[in-house]
Amino acid sequence: MVKVLFLRNDGAEYLVEGEVGMSLMQLAMNNNIPGVDADCGGAMSCGTCKVRLDNEWMEKVDPCSEHELQMLEFSGSDFPGIRLSCQIKLDDKLDGVRVYIPEQQ
Amino acid sequence: MNTQSDKNIVIVGAGHAGGSLAAFLRQYGYQGRITLIGDEASVPYHRPPLSKAWLKGEIALEALYLKPQTFYDSQNIELVLGNRVVTLDPKEKVVYLSGGESRDYDELVIATGANSRRLNIPGSDLGNVFYLRNLEDAKKLAEGLRVCSRLAVIGGGYIGLECAATARAMGIEVTLFERTPRALERVASEPLSAFLTRYHATKGVEFCFEASVAEILGADRASGIRLTDGRVFQCDAVLVGVGAVPNTELAVAAGLECSNGIVVDEDCRTALPSVFAIGDVAMRPHPLFQRNFRIESVPSAMEQAKRVASYLTGKAASAAEQPWFWSDQYDLKLQMVGLLGDANQHVVRGDIESGKFCIFHFSDDRLVAAEAINASPEFFAAKKLIGVELAEDKARLSDMSVPLNEFIK
Repeated sequence: MVKVLFLRNDGAEYLVEGEVGMSLMQLAMNNNIPGVDADCGGAMSCGTCKVRLDNEWMEKVDPCSEHELQMLEFSGSDFPGIRLSCQIKLDDKLDGVRVYIPEQQ
Repeated sequence: MNTQSDKNIVIVGAGHAGGSLAAFLRQYGYQGRITLIGDEASVPYHRPPLSKAWLKGEIALEALYLKPQTFYDSQNIELVLGNRVVTLDPKEKVVYLSGGESRDYDELVIATGANSRRLNIPGSDLGNVFYLRNLEDAKKLAEGLRVCSRLAVIGGGYIGLECAATARAMGIEVTLFERTPRALERVASEPLSAFLTRYHATKGVEFCFEASVAEILGADRASGIRLTDGRVFQCDAVLVGVGAVPNTELAVAAGLECSNGIVVDEDCRTALPSVFAIGDVAMRPHPLFQRNFRIESVPSAMEQAKRVASYLTGKAASAAEQPWFWSDQYDLKLQMVGLLGDANQHVVRGDIESGKFCIFHFSDDRLVAAEAINASPEFFAAKKLIGVELAEDKARLSDMSVPLNEFIK
């Protein structure tokens, strides 16, 4: 199991665990974490599952695909480290990852 | 007066709207009872993949679920599946279920969705005439496609086109019959539907426009289609995608005003106290427009679920969003935002023939809608620009050498 800490701007924190191979989005869905809407359920159509990772963790996740980059270009994310959580799969090197949830999707 | 923690919210309909509402209520801190009643056997699930990834067998059933089965217990949401609400008594504040049980409520939310409009022509009740609205439909269709070599699709809307694309990917011959002169006649612009039709044609789909189906031929199974002009086409399965009808029976019987959907206000309240309606069944004045709409889409269901969850928990409603929609066909990703109704001109950014472009629709100088094909940056830029007067920038949108961020001020 991989431990993930979701953090919101209002100070709320959610420490949850997910299986290797599951996406961060799915983990957020399963735990009903506010602020990750995921309208399209991972079809890379909606851009409503955005999260932000620190540099330290950005280095450990697989890089953005071309399509994900395109999805993020104008999707209201004006800070670095933003990713679509549906595209990040949990693996052991992400154990303890801190995931910030933007105020608005 | 009840405190929030002993209030009792009953949600009728466990689709995307109803299921999301239950989850949002808990997210927003509601601690009272929630009962989610659905007539299907499944926990709430994503419907869009039913015509795409799921139909192709690319994803498992569990991947469709909005939330895992265990979620409802862990969030203390009573899930009553396989039960239809047959009567709503708004005076006594109680609903009666098809299984014989009843549930009292303090607040009731009707999220009964819509169902496929049925064809009513000779042969339309044959066994291999399929519809696609829910998981049961999808299972039957998937079964039917497995033994199908020639599919007739009746209706050139999203369901028809998406299923045509999936069937082609499975090697099935497809002929699509559409009553009007073009595909997506009600919901897409002429240049977009022309592009999509050409694209489907290059993938092997045959189209018959202005084609009215008179009869589905066959003794016990559909074997052909006869048009009103007498032409006959062979097939060994039929998919009907001719629109959806809101499930308003319960509301009508309870005396609620219905007109192509349950009439509600911006907060999704009906005329009855403590009775709301959300999702595909709701006919609502959109906060950004001066008209009533019944929008059949996941983003709209989510927006309305959030709105009612906010209302019921005393939280400020989140800002209204332009209606938007997506579809996947072959390697094309369609993303559309806004309403085409007021558009009187358009500008194309990108090359339509390359299959990567965006059509920006204007009402004079004001951007009102955009239709993007494999052009997500344009789609998200359009989401920000809708409603903005672009004036001299309008023509520059078609100039790919001008970066999109120059338009967002």
